[in-house]
Amino acid sequence: MKSILKSFAVAFAATALLAAPGFAADTIKLGVAGAHSGDLASYGLPSVNAAQLVVKKINANGGVLGKKVELLVEDDVCKPEVAGNTATKLVSDGANLILGHICSGATKAALGFYKDAKIVAMSPSATNPDLTLSGEYPNFFRTIPHDAKQAQLQVQFATKTLGVKTVAILHDKGDYGKGQAELAKKYFEEAGVEVVLFEGVTPGAVDYSAIVTKVRRKKPELVVWGGYHPEASKIVTLMRKKRMKTLFMGADGVKDDTFIKVAGKYAEGVYATGPMDISNNPLAKQAKKEHQDEFGSDPGAFFDAAYSAALAMLNAVEKAGSTDYDAVVKALQTEYVDTPLGKIRFDQAGDATGIGFTVYQVKDGKFTEQK
Amino acid sequence: MNLTQEIKKSTLVAIWFMFLTFPLMVIRVNTVTNNVEWRWWNMALIGVASFFFSILWRHMLRKKEQGTKSEKEKEVSILRKFFAEKKNQVGALIALALITLAFPHLFSMYQTNIMISALIYVMLGLGLNIVIGLAGLLDLGYVAFFAVGAYSYALLNAHFGLSFWLALPLGGLLSAIFGIILGYPVLRLRGDYLAIVTLGFGEIIRLVLENWSEFSNGPAGIANIPKPSLFGMDLSLEAYTIYLFYIIVGLVIFTIFFIDRLENSRIGRAWIALKDDEIACQSMGIDKAKTKLRAFALGATWAGMGGVVFAAKTTFINPASFTIWESVIILCTVVLGGMGSITGVIVGAMLLILLPEYLRAFAEYRMICFGAVLVLMMVFKPGGMIENVRKTYKFKAHTK
Amino acid sequence: MEFDFFLELFFGGLTRGSIYALIALGYTMVYGIIQLINFAHGEIYMIGAFTGLIVSSVLTMAGFPQLAVVVVAACAAVIYACSYGYTMEKIAYKPLRNAPRLSALISAIGMSLFLQNYVLLAQTSDFLPFPSLIPDFEFWEPYAHIMTSPELVIIITTIVVMIGLTFLIKFTQVGKAMRATSQDQTMAALLGVNVDRIISITFVVGSATAAIGGLLIASHIGQINFYMGFIAGIKAFVAAVLGGIGSIPGAVLGSLVLGWTESFFTGYISSDYEDVFAFLFLVLILIFRPSGILGRSETQKV
Repeated sequence: MKSILKSFAVAFAATALLAAPGFAADTIKLGVAGAHSGDLASYGLPSVNAAQLVVKKINANGGVLGKKVELLVEDDVCKPEVAGNTATKLVSDGANLILGHICSGATKAALGFYKDAKIVAMSPSATNPDLTLSGEYPNFFRTIPHDAKQAQLQVQFATKTLGVKTVAILHDKGDYGKGQAELAKKYFEEAGVEVVLFEGVTPGAVDYSAIVTKVRRKKPELVVWGGYHPEASKIVTLMRKKRMKTLFMGADGVKDDTFIKVAGKYAEGVYATGPMDISNNPLAKQAKKEHQDEFGSDPGAFFDAAYSAALAMLNAVEKAGSTDYDAVVKALQTEYVDTPLGKIRFDQAGDATGIGFTVYQVKDGKFTEQK
Repeated sequence: MNLTQEIKKSTLVAIWFMFLTFPLMVIRVNTVTNNVEWRWWNMALIGVASFFFSILWRHMLRKKEQGTKSEKEKEVSILRKFFAEKKNQVGALIALALITLAFPHLFSMYQTNIMISALIYVMLGLGLNIVIGLAGLLDLGYVAFFAVGAYSYALLNAHFGLSFWLALPLGGLLSAIFGIILGYPVLRLRGDYLAIVTLGFGEIIRLVLENWSEFSNGPAGIANIPKPSLFGMDLSLEAYTIYLFYIIVGLVIFTIFFIDRLENSRIGRAWIALKDDEIACQSMGIDKAKTKLRAFALGATWAGMGGVVFAAKTTFINPASFTIWESVIILCTVVLGGMGSITGVIVGAMLLILLPEYLRAFAEYRMICFGAVLVLMMVFKPGGMIENVRKTYKFKAHTK
Repeated sequence: MEFDFFLELFFGGLTRGSIYALIALGYTMVYGIIQLINFAHGEIYMIGAFTGLIVSSVLTMAGFPQLAVVVVAACAAVIYACSYGYTMEKIAYKPLRNAPRLSALISAIGMSLFLQNYVLLAQTSDFLPFPSLIPDFEFWEPYAHIMTSPELVIIITTIVVMIGLTFLIKFTQVGKAMRATSQDQTMAALLGVNVDRIISITFVVGSATAAIGGLLIASHIGQINFYMGFIAGIKAFVAAVLGGIGSIPGAVLGSLVLGWTESFFTGYISSDYEDVFAFLFLVLILIFRPSGILGRSETQKV
């Protein structure tokens, strides 16, 4: 019985090998993966535009190492279970580099497949610290600072500039929100600030008055929110309606113009951290102009980060002299590259150096940078 | 019904729908820039569309009513006659087996991958079919057992290094235990009270996984779940996908075989009796509590094994994959395919999982089509695509 | 301070419960009459809120006074929600009246998906700011930190709606016919009750209360999107079952109990496990009272 099984296994492994696609090396294939449909499409589509612009420009200048760059665009709807399908599709189509994925969960699900296939993946938006810091994904890089840096900045701003002694931390129980809240808690405690409340609320609930009441009772000087803007605006609105003047601070999930639109006058004075303002960088200006010329609209979320990621990866291939995995990784870690985000390279973990966050405050219906 | 009457009715329907969709379809306000966009074209479109649709609707309804007696039986019987003959049956089975074996070699890895997802849902559908289709217990929290299976593989592997092949039966077993834990307190509940409690149970499992970070790593999920090994060989991604495809095909075949045997066993008949009439069933000497618990436990077992395969396939799981919607989709596969019928459930699961994948071209219209299909299918074929035909026993008189 | 905290949680729970109740009433009425879990009921509530937003924005921009805007928007929301409820019944449930009950449930799930995506496509996937229709009352200012004016209005409206419904069902001809239909459809039909019409009326009345709920909540939390009906709908369904599905006082009691449970659990223990506790509580109640708090225990016939 066992021998039959074994021979069967060998036979099918052989057929599988035959079926493997031949790696014809006439083009360099850049896979772009992320949410291109569904409710999170607005986070994923700008990356596709960015990749198109970069590739168009590079191909017009003769390509990389004399080869043209080809795009493979695949949708993962930001769902882990779909991202696996997307990743296998890209790998079987022979992608050499991956720009993506967009959401941290989906990225985690996909990275295993790329790791096995020895493909470099670079995300413009996945901020989960584990992705780089855990060391489990040596093939992963990103052009966005991870959440731990953001939390450190929040804590620094809260203690130094605002001088708070007690905080309440709330989150939306989600991957992104809870991760952020846990980091904030850790750094606040290290900084000697008392965390009087640490709780998750149910996103989409009809009413948050119980938790707001509880916050009031604990009398924190600052409420730190980990999560997206819809719940943040509900909580801020309710706090202000209940005549509470406690300060409120969110992260890049809150630094969205929809937040101000929805919370209206109650948004005034709210702090939020977000990516550094790069509007003065000449390359960023140029990238924005390219986008306007090509698509007739302003670029969306993570556009600059995606543009930079595409540039950085293709530059690394050029410097490495081939698409060989080890050479590309080495080039990414040693060679500086000029991007809309500034002059960047990547550290051993895979995070870009020289990029960061700033704190913004809502003033007169706009996010203004806090110096 | 004459033509003028028909037109009059449809016109009324069209006017009604134009009124109904007026605020949502025609007006769009932008509260920030304070302007209103009037989209009158939409109204005209709705009017025309609903006019023709209403004619079609009534025509179909009439056809359905007429068809309930004569036509349907004929239609069904042709197919059934074909399959009733042993020769055809064997031929069809061999063809199916060949297609299945060749599938991963004929199509791309991506196609194989979605087929694996679909087959996982076939397994889930067949498992839920035991609970709903056979025993008649409405379970809205089935996904909980799926989650138990997936997490038991992920956690047992992370902590004790258990392999896939050990986790598979263990995941099934753990799910079965959870099925019994759920079953005990709700034995007394009937119908929709049962539905809501199972729904609550499903949510409890998900919320615990989400909040109890020390145990399950919370919403961040568990990554790098190892793939099943094949005699210690190092498989390429491509080969691995094919390997997984065969594993799940094998499991589905095993499931079908098992459930088919179960259906005609003592337990299976007890379930069907329980579904039809609890009191009559009890008075025939069937232990109601035991029978119900068996249904929950056996149904959960398949979900647990499905969960283990799911975890091995995606290599990353987090609680977001186990929401109420997942339970609802599995329920839909069972009812849409045809409750109680194994073929029906398989067809239903294939359709519901593959359809959205292939509907990708429609992008944002995908889900609205999906909703409309569910309603239309139920209105025109309430018994599901392949209705279950009950076994009937005829008393044969002596013909000698 | 301790007592104030308790009071706040009490009134917070009361508000939350009142919101659940407005949605749960529709659930329970429909269930009482045709034993259907109307999964799409939450969507009616969402459509009511959207219609209210659209109408009130258009009127505000046209320069109508605040009071007129509120009244017209509320009427429009109720009328449209009723129309949607009526149409939904005719399309998705009426043809299924003699079909297996699960088929009707799937049809309801399909309807829910359809309506959600219909609003998503026709309007937007973004969150929209919802203007506060209820002003802050001057006289209520001293108590505003315990309970805001909108919360007060929500509670009062729920009481009024409930009294109105009880009156409708107990003392009018239609109410009598509804009760008869829910007990035995065939018998009611034989006695001259137009069953189809009564079922339609039930859907219309249920939709109206949902629309009122939708408007109040939207103006309370200040934002809406196409997905808001789903979670509220599930919670209201839980509340209806908790109270004993099919019973109107049961739906209100169940909603209040659920609202208080969640509020006190969050306040005194933790909101992390708020829903877990709510569901566990439901299971406990059902173990001891399998037909809900006020549900009639059905006698089984052989």
